Order: sequence, then C-alpha cells, then structure tokens
Amino acid sequence: MTGSNRGGEVSIRDLSKSFSLGGRQLAVLRTLNLDIRSGECLVIVGASGSGKTTLLRILAGLEAADSGGVAIDGKPVHGVGAERAVIFQEPRLLPWLTVLGNVAFGLEVRGVPKKQAEERARFYVGLVGLAEFADAFPNQLSGGMAQRVGIARALTVQPEILLLDEPLGALDAMTKIGMQEELARIWSEENVTMVMVTHDLEEAIYLADRVLILPKEKGGAARLIDIDVPRPRERSESRFVHYREELLREFGLH
Amino acid sequence: MTMTLQHIERPAIIGTHGNGTRLAADFLRWNGRAAVRFLSRYGVLVGFLVLWQLASSVGWVNASVLPPVDKIVAALWKGLIGGALLGDISISLQRAGIAFAAAVAVAIPLGLFMGQVRAVETAFDPILQVFRQTSALALYPVFILLLGLGETSKIFVIFWATLFPLLLNTTSGVKEVDPKLLEMARVYGASRLTIFRRVVLPGAVPSIFVGLRLSATTALLLLIASEMIGANKGIGFQVMNAQYNFQIPLMFAAIVILAGLGLIANQALVVLQRRLCRWSNPVN
Ligand SMILES: Nc1ncnc2c1ncn2[C@@H]1O[C@H](COP(=O)(O)OP(=O)(O)O)[C@@H](O)[C@H]1O
Ligand SMILES: [Mg+2]
Repeated sequence: MTGSNRGGEVSIRDLSKSFSLGGRQLAVLRTLNLDIRSGECLVIVGASGSGKTTLLRILAGLEAADSGGVAIDGKPVHGVGAERAVIFQEPRLLPWLTVLGNVAFGLEVRGVPKKQAEERARFYVGLVGLAEFADAFPNQLSGGMAQRVGIARALTVQPEILLLDEPLGALDAMTKIGMQEELARIWSEENVTMVMVTHDLEEAIYLADRVLILPKEKGGAARLIDIDVPRPRERSESRFVHYREELLREFGLH
Repeated sequence: MTMTLQHIERPAIIGTHGNGTRLAADFLRWNGRAAVRFLSRYGVLVGFLVLWQLASSVGWVNASVLPPVDKIVAALWKGLIGGALLGDISISLQRAGIAFAAAVAVAIPLGLFMGQVRAVETAFDPILQVFRQTSALALYPVFILLLGLGETSKIFVIFWATLFPLLLNTTSGVKEVDPKLLEMARVYGASRLTIFRRVVLPGAVPSIFVGLRLSATTALLLLIASEMIGANKGIGFQVMNAQYNFQIPLMFAAIVILAGLGLIANQALVVLQRRLCRWSNPVN
C-alpha cells in the first residue's frame, strides 16, 4: 500500500529517563543511543522493569525524556504525531463501535470524512482477516480477533512507524504463532518501520532485523544483535536455534 | 463414543398418520412450551392474585380493608375508562415529568462537567454529599415555606430528590471511563473535545442510565409523598383521599396505577438504553 523508503527513521540520542518512586530516583533509561533504520523491524527485549515500555512510550510521545531525545526523520519528537501509531498489549477497542467503526476511528479522529475513513478501514479489516466480522461488536470477539482489530486500526492511519508493546503478550500459544506470522507478513507488505517490545525471545528472533537488549542492572549497557536469518523464517532452522541460544545466554539462562 | 452418540437428537416418531396429526402435535407442544415459559415468569404473581382473591372473598381477611381483586379491577376500570382518575394521572405525570426533565437538564451537563474537571468535582463533592444525605422529605417543609404550598414546591422537592442520583452517576460514569481508551484516542491525535464526544460521553452512557432509572423511581416516590400533603388532585392525593373516605377499592386502584407508572417508566428507559447501547446489555 505504501511507497518504499518514505521515511520512518528514528534516532535516539543520549536518552535518559528516571522516575521518582517512594522519594527515590529510579533511573530507568541511561544515555541510550540508537538509530533505527527506515523500514527496519527492531525488537526490544529485556527483563521485567528494564524500561521497555518506558522507551516505547517516549518514542510514542506519551512520555517525555529527562534529557537527550528522539528525532524522527531529523525532526525532534514532542508529543504524539501522525507518522506514528501505537499498538498496546490490550486491544483498547471502543466497546460501542463495531469492528469497522473501531478501525476507522483513528482516521476519523484525524478529520477524514466518515465514508472515506470506513472505506479504507474496510481494506485493513480484510487484511487482518476479519472481513466477515466488520459489523460485530468487540464483546463478540476472541482475544486474538480483538488484537487484530487494534492492529488494523493502527495500519489504517498508514503510519511510517508502528510501535508495539507486547502486542501478543495476552494471547494463547497457538493464536500467538499465527499472529506472529501475520505481523511478519504485514510488516513486509506495508513497508513500515516497526519497533516492538516483547518478552518472548522466539518471537523476537522470528520478527526482528535487530534485537535490542535493555540491561537489567544499572550501569549495564544496552546490546544490539543482528538477526541474520533469511525470511520467511523457520523456527527449527539451525541459525534460528543458534540465535535463541545466544539470547538465552544474554539473559544468563543458558 | 456411546456417550457422545446419545447427544444426537432422535428424529421425532410422529406423522405416521399424515400431516394433520403432526401439525396438531407440534401445535400442542409449542403451546405447552409457551405456557411453561409464561408460568415460570408470572406464575408466582398469578398465584399471589388468586390467593388474595380467595382470602378476601372467603373471608380469611377483612374484605373491607383488603377488597377482592375483582372489586379493585372494577374500580380501576371505572377510574380509567370512566375517566374519574384521568385528571389525577395527568396532573401527577405533569409534576413528575417537569421535575424529572429539569433534573436531567441540570444533572447531566453538570455531571459531565464535574467528571471532566477534577477541581470542580473536588470543590463540589462535600456539599453534594451533605445534600444527598439530607432526606428530600425532611426538606419539604422548608421548600413549602420558601415556595408556598402550590405546584412549585411539589415540583421542586421531586426535582431535588431526583437530581442527586443522576448527578452522582453521571459524574462517576465520566470518571470511570477507562484511561487506557483516553490514551488510545490521544495517540491518534484526538483533541480534548473529540475525546469527550467520542470516548467519554459514550463511555458514560450506561452509568447515566443507572442514574436515570434511579431518578425515575425516586421521582414517583416523592410525587406521592408531596401529593399526600396539601394537594387536591393527583394520584397520591387519591390514595389518601380514598382511604379517608373509606373507598378502599379506589385506594387500591390508585396504588395499582402508581405501580403501573413505575413499571412503564422503567421499561421505557430499559428500551431506550437497549437502543442506545446495543454493545452492552442493560441489567434489569
Ligand atoms: N509512571 C511511572 N511512575 C513511576 N515509576 C514508573 C512509571 N512508569 C514506569 N515506572 C518504573 O520504571 C521501571 C520500568 O518500567 P517499564 O518501562 O514499564 O518496564 P518494562 O516494560 O521493561 O517491564 C519500573 O521499575 C517501573 O516501576
Ligand atoms: Mg512493559
């Protein structure tokens, strides 16, 4: 749907963020530097509490950095922006809107007339395989279907950068694998920069061009790993298995 | 395997004598099912009415205090079809209707505003809690002193009592809208007004309806109470007046009308809620 290389380059410079927790300052991100290429799929992993969500929320413009900052295609980020869309762990659907209404919501909010918005929404509802459910309400959907609606809503605004915070974290194992394949397909078809948080290492290797590992201990450094496995990827393939072991070692689990 | 096979429906072995018999059997079965459904829902109510009729006509209870059902129905018929009670119904509906409409007009906008602006809610909450806990009936004499014994004080006391359930439910409906949905809308660049119109307002509707139904019940309660003091027309007045004149069937007829009004008001709100919120099932 979208042209190639239309932007979506992210540069993170000396990014620091801390929270005050019970009177103490808790440093979550410390002078992080990272360039995300246009059209890349970057997956962020790290122990619970390592700041994955915080980093994603700063990229989304929902949280401000203490120092340093983020620029997209050279322009500094202040707040949310039309070139970014976020997919949260929960689908966050409006229960009073149909599937189609929810998917069109993002466009309508941005001032696209209802009819036009629904037309484009219908395409993306089809893309995530829910054409038959366009008129269903969220309470009639399974968890996996609801998450697809959330994904379609984000795609409908045709962002350059898609930010995903554990989007498949709440799904059962079988649904999850299907959705991972779907995300890989969407990413390659839509030619969008994807930044995704997950705690599932296999998911990270399946999707990522590069994996960013956030350090658990203060003072530790973030690490980047290139995932050099041809696509479409096979989970049982030897290089895939090799990367899984490497990541497990990073977490001291192997 | 055999366990699962038992779940398969056996074909009906009717119809060997032609279609007529089968139709009759189907009809009887259908009727039987409808009757079971009716009885399971209204059986206890019907039983209660039968017991009442019996107790009163046989003389287990004093029939002049608890007249038999048919006498009450006759009085109801005379009051409605004969028109004796229509004037009272009309004036009562007017009082309750004006008060309820005024409460809606004040409470919903104010509640939406209070739910949105924390400072306003913080500032108003203590006084609202005090007002709410002060019985409207206890304040009725005050309203009479201020507004006289006419229509105004009656409407005002109903308005006062209906205002609070609606106001508090609207406010909490707005406050309880999922902040994650608000954030989602913000991510798509929605303005404050858009977020209010497309997320907050629809999200608060179910809670507003809880308030509306509570208020409708309260309105009828206060209507009767206010009509029992210093009125010469209205259903509440008729209840008191009929008792005073010992027209007991008429008194019960007026009580039945009140119950009917309550049921109709509630049902109307339920239907409206179903239409507005197809996405959530209202609890009866
Ligand atoms: N709004 C906040 N206020 C205070 N502390 C926060 C806030 N958001 C996150 N934190 C803290 O920052 C740390 C990192 O959180 P988060 O980014 O959610 O981690 P992750 O997503 O990697 O599990 C946690 O210790 C968390 O308690
Ligand atoms: Mg997180």
